[in-house]
Amino acid sequence: MLDKEARMEWLVNRVAQEFKSGDVVNLGIGIPTKVANALPEGIKLILQSENGYLGVGPAPETGKEDPDTVNAGGQYATILPGGCCFDSAMSFAIIRGGHVDATVLGALQVDEEGNLANWMIPGKIVPGMGGAMDLVVGARRVIVAMEHTAKNGGLKVLKKCTLPLTASKQVNLIITDMGVMEVTSKGLILRELAPGVSFEEVQACTEASLIRQE
Amino acid sequence: MVQVVSLEEAISKVQNGMTIMVGGFIGCGAPDQLLDAVSQKGIKELTLIANDTGILGDAMSQLIVKRCVSKLIATHIGTNKETGRQMTEGELEVKLVPQGTLVEQIRAAGAGLGGILTPTGIGTIVEEGKQKFVANGTEYLLELPLGANVALLKAYKADKAGNLVYHRAARNFNPIMAMAVDFVIAQVDQIVEVGEIDPDEVMTPGIFIDYLVQKQPREVSDVG
Repeated sequence: MLDKEARMEWLVNRVAQEFKSGDVVNLGIGIPTKVANALPEGIKLILQSENGYLGVGPAPETGKEDPDTVNAGGQYATILPGGCCFDSAMSFAIIRGGHVDATVLGALQVDEEGNLANWMIPGKIVPGMGGAMDLVVGARRVIVAMEHTAKNGGLKVLKKCTLPLTASKQVNLIITDMGVMEVTSKGLILRELAPGVSFEEVQACTEASLIRQE
Repeated sequence: MVQVVSLEEAISKVQNGMTIMVGGFIGCGAPDQLLDAVSQKGIKELTLIANDTGILGDAMSQLIVKRCVSKLIATHIGTNKETGRQMTEGELEVKLVPQGTLVEQIRAAGAGLGGILTPTGIGTIVEEGKQKFVANGTEYLLELPLGANVALLKAYKADKAGNLVYHRAARNFNPIMAMAVDFVIAQVDQIVEVGEIDPDEVMTPGIFIDYLVQKQPREVSDVG
């Protein structure tokens, strides 16, 4: 098996292969954000920022920050030529109305029915759902990108989520540092393995029963 | 009729126990000088409707830190730890709402709608206690309109007729909130004469605005 850093790099690059040029994509914070820098040559996405613009560009150079141009995490950002700004109602019409081709988000838990929990741990972390519930319901494809297991070794790909849900049955694809799983009506089909990882190794780190790719 | 007023005069419209809306997204597009004036005046028992409560230390966060707010309706409080602390200790009532739902509830109040039907929140704790409807085979939640007494907004430019223009991502909730309250106060970077903003460029029609407050230069700029 690859070392941790190489496995995370594989994960980010693998997510980046899910798009075609012109796709409108909303990237969550953390691992998903890195996907923007790993796109295959020639693939140009239109990135949406939930706080009100299309055409998210790279972080600005030092000294060129504009307090009125921040990303959904509140960090300074830029807007590419051809981008446009709008209010929050338009932003969520784009999100909820099915005009975002794909969203990539992290997860605390995801299960074999495509349920996703990524917004709170009762009694511990209650930051609020922000735009996540709308994104997961409204985006045409929902891709979960995360480490396969929690830092304490706990399982995250489950038969049934136990944490409060972000949305019910909306996840299409789960890409982790161990492989690619598709949510289907039969359950989770393991479509691809990360380099040097076996089916049995992924299954040992997964509560849900994985189905072998035929 | 729109009036250009001082900060003090503007803030006299915000009183203990009111429900207020504040524009902005993690401080971007939040009317910092109006917020400073509210928290320094020590106004209490406010119900605050906003996307978030800012970043601990900024003008928005001080509404929470200085305990001006007894009830909060927001989408995300993770960038201001004091909000989470007051919530956990039972000192602050907090209702968390999906962002797309919050903005449409506010829009509904301003647009004369009886509510909105949204698929967001179905199958989650957000649906608890709410009426559900099925239309064309899809389940929706009924979310009711959300209005307020006063809105505190920020714009980049206004003419003396109150027409507003926003800059970049600082627009966010501001134009929606302008429609949903009894009284609108906008902090503006630049106030120009009537006729100096092209009608095609106006983002919020001046009829929604009551008070304009010119942003004052500061010795220390508070970025972010």
